[in-house]
Amino acid sequence: MRSMGVYIHIPFCVRKCAYCDFLSMPAERTRQMEYVRALKREIAQAAQRYSGRTVETVFFGGGTPSLLEAEEIAEILDCLRAQYQVDADTEITLEMNPGTAGADKLLRLRNAGVNRLSIGLQSAVNAELALLGRIHTYEDFLRTFHLAREAAFSNINIDLMSALPGQSTAGWLCTLGTVTALEPEHISAYSLMIEEGTTLYDNLETYPALPDEDEERHIYQVTKQFLAEKGYQRYEISNYARPGYECRHNSIYWQRGVRHTADYVGFGLGASSTVGAERWRNTSDMERYLQQDAAIELDYNSQKTERVCAKKTGHNAIREDLEELSKDDRMEEFMFLGLRMTAGISKQEFEDSFGIALEDIYGDVLRRWTDRNMLIQQGDQIRLTDAGIDVSNVVLADFLL
Amino acid sequence: MSNIDQSKIRNFCIVAHIDHGKSTLADRIIEKTGLLTSREMQDQILDNMDLERERGITIKAQTVRTVYRAQDGNEYIFNLIDTPGHVDFNYEVSRALAACDGAILVVDAAQGIEAQTLANVYLALDHDLDVFPVINKIDLPSARPDWVKNEIEDVIGIEAQDAPLISAKNGVGIEEVLEAIIDRIPAPKGSADNPLQALIFDSVYDSYKGVIVFCRIMEGRVSRGTKIRMMATGAQADVVEVGYFGAGQFIPCDELSAGMVGYLTASIKNVKDTAVGDTVTDAERPCAEPLPGYKKVLSMVYCGLYPADGAKYPDLRDALEKLQLNDASLFYEPETSVALGFGFRCGFLGLLHLEIIQERLEREYNLDLVTTAPGVVYKVYRTNGEVVELTNPSNLPDPSEIDYMEEPIVTAEIMVTTEFIGSIMELCQERRGRYLGMEYVEETRALLRYELPLNEIIYDFFDALKSRSRGYASFDYDIKGYEQSELVKLDILINKEEVDALSFIVHKQSAYDRGRRMCEKLKDEIPRHLFEIPIQAAVGGKVIARETVKAMRKDVLAKCYGGDITRKKKLLEKQKEGKKRMRQIGNVEIPQKAFMSVLKLDDSK
Repeated sequence: MRSMGVYIHIPFCVRKCAYCDFLSMPAERTRQMEYVRALKREIAQAAQRYSGRTVETVFFGGGTPSLLEAEEIAEILDCLRAQYQVDADTEITLEMNPGTAGADKLLRLRNAGVNRLSIGLQSAVNAELALLGRIHTYEDFLRTFHLAREAAFSNINIDLMSALPGQSTAGWLCTLGTVTALEPEHISAYSLMIEEGTTLYDNLETYPALPDEDEERHIYQVTKQFLAEKGYQRYEISNYARPGYECRHNSIYWQRGVRHTADYVGFGLGASSTVGAERWRNTSDMERYLQQDAAIELDYNSQKTERVCAKKTGHNAIREDLEELSKDDRMEEFMFLGLRMTAGISKQEFEDSFGIALEDIYGDVLRRWTDRNMLIQQGDQIRLTDAGIDVSNVVLADFLL
Repeated sequence: MSNIDQSKIRNFCIVAHIDHGKSTLADRIIEKTGLLTSREMQDQILDNMDLERERGITIKAQTVRTVYRAQDGNEYIFNLIDTPGHVDFNYEVSRALAACDGAILVVDAAQGIEAQTLANVYLALDHDLDVFPVINKIDLPSARPDWVKNEIEDVIGIEAQDAPLISAKNGVGIEEVLEAIIDRIPAPKGSADNPLQALIFDSVYDSYKGVIVFCRIMEGRVSRGTKIRMMATGAQADVVEVGYFGAGQFIPCDELSAGMVGYLTASIKNVKDTAVGDTVTDAERPCAEPLPGYKKVLSMVYCGLYPADGAKYPDLRDALEKLQLNDASLFYEPETSVALGFGFRCGFLGLLHLEIIQERLEREYNLDLVTTAPGVVYKVYRTNGEVVELTNPSNLPDPSEIDYMEEPIVTAEIMVTTEFIGSIMELCQERRGRYLGMEYVEETRALLRYELPLNEIIYDFFDALKSRSRGYASFDYDIKGYEQSELVKLDILINKEEVDALSFIVHKQSAYDRGRRMCEKLKDEIPRHLFEIPIQAAVGGKVIARETVKAMRKDVLAKCYGGDITRKKKLLEKQKEGKKRMRQIGNVEIPQKAFMSVLKLDDSK
C-alpha cells in the first residue's frame, strides 16, 4: 500500500512577523469558516485519486493553524479519515503560536487526534520577541507549553531562531538553556534568513546589527554541541531531536528521492504537492481558492484531464505551476534534499531508485567535494561534513545536472 | 549627365565641434534643396547607423548630392560630403576634406569655439579649402552671436561679420546658407580631357556589387568599362557602374567627370584594395602622379577580444571578417590566452573605434565578449639590434634581452574655461604630460597644449577630463611620434597564478599606483571562494601590491520544506548558472566582467 504525507495550510495570522515570508493573512471569523469548508471540499474531491492510501503524517502548517477552533481541526481530520487510511500511529502535527490555545482547546485538539505540537517560540528573550514582531512573550509560551503537557502532548517541538539582530552567542545560549530545561522532544533552530519582502528586509538598517558571518557560524556550531550534551541529535541542517522523535513529516520532503513511494499532498491555499513524478502548487489567490467548484472534480479524474483543465478552466482551477519531474530532476533532489540530513544519502538507495550507480552520475562531483573535505563517505553513506554544511549551497548546486 | 557645367557644381563639407549641429544643418540643406519630400526625411539623414544616431556622432562619412535652384535662376549641384566627427578618424576626415573645395564651419552661438572646432578648421585650411562660418543655435536664450563672430575672427582669423545666423533645428536662415555656398565656395577645377585622377575618400562593401568606391574626380572621366588602377595598392578592375549619391541610395549615371563626386563599382571583393586616400586612375591612360596625402592607416590601440562562450569563436571570426569588409582600419589576428582561450588581437584607430566595434559585435552579431585591457603599440629595441612592435603585453621579450623601449606620444589640445585650468593641468601631470603652452582664446577660456603618452589617454582620460571640468573641457590630439620611455610589464597574479589577459605595459612610475588599484578592483569583482584568494600585482616577478579575497564562511539555506523545493532549487540553479559565466584560472573562478572592469580604474581615489 502506498503511503503519503498530507500538508494542510492554514494561512491566517493575528499579525505578520517581521521576518516571515510565508503565505499568511489576517482574517475574520467568517472568512476562516469559509476557508475550512473549502478545505474539506478539496480533501473530499481529491479522495478519488488517493483513495486507499495510507496517510503516514499530517502537518497543519501556517500561518497559525492554532487560530482555528479545535472543532474545525477535528472536522478536517475527520474528513481525511473518511477518505483515506489514517492509522493510530499517524504523526499529526499542528503548528501553534503561544497564547492562541487555552487548556480546553489543547485538550480538544489532543482528543481530535493531534499528537504532535510545534510551538513557535523563536526566542526566550522578550526584547528579541518584540524585535521580531511576535505577538507573545516568553511567559505566554511557558503557560502554553505546560498546558500542552497537561493535555497529554508527549511530542512537542519548539521552533527557535538564532543570529537575530543584536544577538550574541551568550544570549543565544541563554535561550537554548531555558528551552532545554523544559525537555521538549524536538527543537528546530534556524539561522535567521532575511527574506525579500519582509519588514525586516525593508527596514534592516533600523534594527541592531546582525551577527557577522563568523559569529553566526560560531552560534551554529555551539548549538550542535550544546544540544548534543542535552541529548538532542542534529538530524538535519536545522533540526534536532531526542532519539526516535525526528519529525516524520519533514523527513518525507528531505528523503523524497530515497523513499520515492512517500508522496506528499498539500491541501489549502498555496500548498505544494508532489505525487509520483508530478509537482504542483495550489493557487495563492484566496478568492479563487474559495470559489473552487465542481470543475475541480474533473481535475482529479485523471492526470491527463487535469493538465488540460489546469490550462482551460481558468478561474476554476486552483492548481498552478504543474510540472513533471524528469529523472534528472529526481536525481538532483535525491542529492540536494537528502544531503540536508546528517545521515546523508545511500549509494545503494540511489542505485535502487534510478537503476544507475551514483558514481556514474556524480563521480566527479563527489570526488571534488570529498577532496575538499566538504563531503565524507562512510561505507554506503555520503554526507556533508560540518564545514560542508556551512557552505552547503555551493556544494549542493554542483549536484544540479 | 556628362554635360554638367563645372561652374554649377559645389563640393563642400561641414565642419563643427561635436553637438554644434552639423548633422542637423545637413538635414536642412537636403530638405531645402527639395530633392526629398518631408516624408522621406529621416531625422539626421547622414548618420545612418543606429549606433551613430545613439551616440550623436558620425562614424562613416556619408555623402549626398542635391540640386539647388538658386536666386540667380540657375540650378546648382551640391555634393555634401559628411566627415566623421571624432579624432580617431582624423585621417578619414582629412581625405574627405581633400575631396571638397570648401567648407562650412558651424559654430554654436552659445558655446563658441571648441578644441575640435579648431582642429577641424585647421585641417580644412591645411587642405586649402575656402571656409565660411555660420553661427547656429541662435534660438537659444544663451546665444551670443556677436561675441562668437569676434571669437571666430580673433582665434581662427577668418572673416565672420556677415556669417549667416541660423537655427538649423528650426530651419531659420537656411536660404542664406545655400546662397553663401554658391558665392563663397569655389567651383571645382580640372579638365575632363586629362588622364583620370580620382581620390578615394570612402568605400563600403555591398554583397551584390562588391566594394562601392566613393571618389572625387579631380581630372579626367570614368564610365562603365574603364579599366582602372588604384595607384597605391596596385589593384586593377573594370568599372561596372558609376553614379552619384541620392539620399540613402545610389543613383547610376553614364559618366563621372572632373569636378564631380560619385561612386564606382568594379566587382572588387575587398575594401583593402580601395584604401581611403588612394588615387584611382585609368590603367590604359594613367595620370603622371598620384594625388598627394595618401597614408597607410595604422592601428593605434590594440586589445584582445574573446567570446564569453568559447564555442562562439567561429562566430566571432565571421563577424570580424564581415565588419572588416567595410572597415579597412580594423585589424585582427587570432591569438590564444591561457585565461580566456581562443580569441583575436584586434587593432583600432583609437578607443572610440574600439568601443564602436565592440558594440557592433555585441549588438549586430549578438556576441558576448570579453575584452582585455587596451594597449598601444610599443617599440621594443632588443639587445641584438632587432626592433619588435609590441601589441600584446604577453609577447614582451625577457627584460635581459631588451635594450630600451619606446612609446607613442601625442600632441593634445585641450580647450577649457579658466576656472578648471588648474585641475586639468594636474590631470595632465598625473598622466605624464609635458606642458607645451597655453593661449587665452578669450578672457575666460584657454587652449592648453600638452604632449602626452598615448597609453595614458586611451583608458579613461576623456572621462577624467569631463569630470574634472564639469563637462566643459574639449579635447583633440594628433600622433606626434615615438619616444623612449621607462616601461614595465605589470602582471596580475590570482591565487599565485599569473593571468595573462590582465597583464599590461605601464610606465615604471605609475606601476605601483596602477597595480594597487587593479588589485582593489579585482578584490571587489572576484566572488568569495571556499578558500582565501591572494590577488597580487607584480613587476618582473616582484610583488608590488596585494589584496585578499576572504574565504567564504557561510552559504546555507536554514530551511527547506515541501513548499519551498521549487524555489530553493531555483536558487541553487542561479548559483550554478553564475558559475558558468566565470573563467576558471587554476582553482579560482573569475567573472567575465572582472576582465573589463579593470579597464576603468576610477581616478578619484
